[in-house]
Amino acid sequence: MYSLWDSTQQALILLASGDTALWKIVGISFSVSLRAILFTAPVALVVAFILAYVPFPGRKLVLSTFNTLLSVPVVVVGLTLYLLLSRSGPLGDLHLLFTQSAMILGQILLCFPLLVVLCHAAISAADRAAWETALTLGASLPRALVTVLYEVRFGLLAAIIAGFGRIIGEVGSSMMVGGNILNFTRNIPTAIALETSKGAFSEGIALGIVLLTLAFSLNFGLSFLQRKEATKE
Amino acid sequence: MNHLNTLIKRVTVFTLVILSTLFVQSHAYAASGVLRLATTTSTQNSGLLNDILPVFMKETGMTVKVIAVGTGKALKLGENGDVDVVLVHARPAEEKFIAAKHGVNRRDVMYNDFVIVGPSTDPAGIKGMQDVTQAFVAIAKSQSPFISRGDDSGTNKKEIQLWEAANIKPEGNWYRSAGQGMGKVLQMAGEMDAYTLTDRGTWLAYQASLPLQVLMQGDKRMFNPYGVMAVNPDKYPDVNYMGAMQLIAWLTSAEGQHLIRNFRINGNQLFIPEAIAN
Repeated sequence: MYSLWDSTQQALILLASGDTALWKIVGISFSVSLRAILFTAPVALVVAFILAYVPFPGRKLVLSTFNTLLSVPVVVVGLTLYLLLSRSGPLGDLHLLFTQSAMILGQILLCFPLLVVLCHAAISAADRAAWETALTLGASLPRALVTVLYEVRFGLLAAIIAGFGRIIGEVGSSMMVGGNILNFTRNIPTAIALETSKGAFSEGIALGIVLLTLAFSLNFGLSFLQRKEATKE
Repeated sequence: MNHLNTLIKRVTVFTLVILSTLFVQSHAYAASGVLRLATTTSTQNSGLLNDILPVFMKETGMTVKVIAVGTGKALKLGENGDVDVVLVHARPAEEKFIAAKHGVNRRDVMYNDFVIVGPSTDPAGIKGMQDVTQAFVAIAKSQSPFISRGDDSGTNKKEIQLWEAANIKPEGNWYRSAGQGMGKVLQMAGEMDAYTLTDRGTWLAYQASLPLQVLMQGDKRMFNPYGVMAVNPDKYPDVNYMGAMQLIAWLTSAEGQHLIRNFRINGNQLFIPEAIAN
């Protein structure tokens, strides 16, 4: 007979004892999600900036498309990617299925729309005068871009944290295209799913604690940044 | 203020109504009529249960709720009193389950067998081998990719036994522990040109869509007996013990055994009944 308390105690012991298998899983989770966010953030920033500052026909449509993409279920992203990467799929020759690269791809697809929408909101809040002043003062385009982005740095950081929060805990896509292979593609969420299905609740709880701690600190950082942003004016 | 009061009243009434329906439902649950069966994915994925359980339900008027998970989890569900009856295939674990008084009245029901499937190129050259440990040695020696269930299921336990029998500690780049169900692992083996150990039932169900073939079968050590047992009513008085015993009796009756023998996938018999010698 298991009890929540016993399992939690064992979980804490597992974490404290530096159980290598456990920390390896944590490591894979971070390495995959950090790489995904590092790839996505610069592209999303540029796209968001263009959407906020460059008028072109169909801009509203593009923006609302990104908003719609926010609600695509994770498993649908996983399924689509699976079919693309499968050996009978169009990208099968790359042999990416069940590798960390496939997981990174899935997470990029998941956080890209979110980052674009949130960064767009942050950039739109910036004072347009900064952009125009920088240009009039003879700053180059990239230089002016950096000026604007610096102006709203807290908002952008908050967007990136929110994006990271979305992908570090997702299980649907990682399970489908990663395959949950021990020491290769098993990350925190897929490991929790597995341990629970095995009835090994302590391991599940231990990993859950890591994820919760992370979520709390991310959210704490997020609200800190938002307060900073609000008092800046 | 008045509005708020009415709102609070309404919400309270609504909550009470919801709670009372829940209570009535859970009460009805315990008073039989519903039988919760924890079993392995192999009996569910192969279609056996869908084939035979409707007959049982019609005869007894009971509703059987099937929870299909790995053997480890199925036994755990029984141990925690979350189900009434357990049908699994991992004899040593079943015996432990009975010895620990989590369950009672274990009966042998049937068996099927495991096979090793792999890519048709057969890089380890195991095709036609008679001895399963020899095949495992060949796979390990040639470092050919092998995907393990790694989920503590009956199939996973069997695989670990076989590695032990072959005196090999499987580790390294070629040995991939996937921690997923049989169907998923077969798909992965197909994608990665890998070997894997599978029960014949799931193999037959997935075979058509896979670029793999059966490379080794027939060793006695690959037989896979299924046992059914009731969750101990002494430990959990509210389990549907009578229902569990009815299902056990029916599965091991002439009728149940006959239905099991006649179950076919694409014309192949999957399970060999062994409760009654014919």
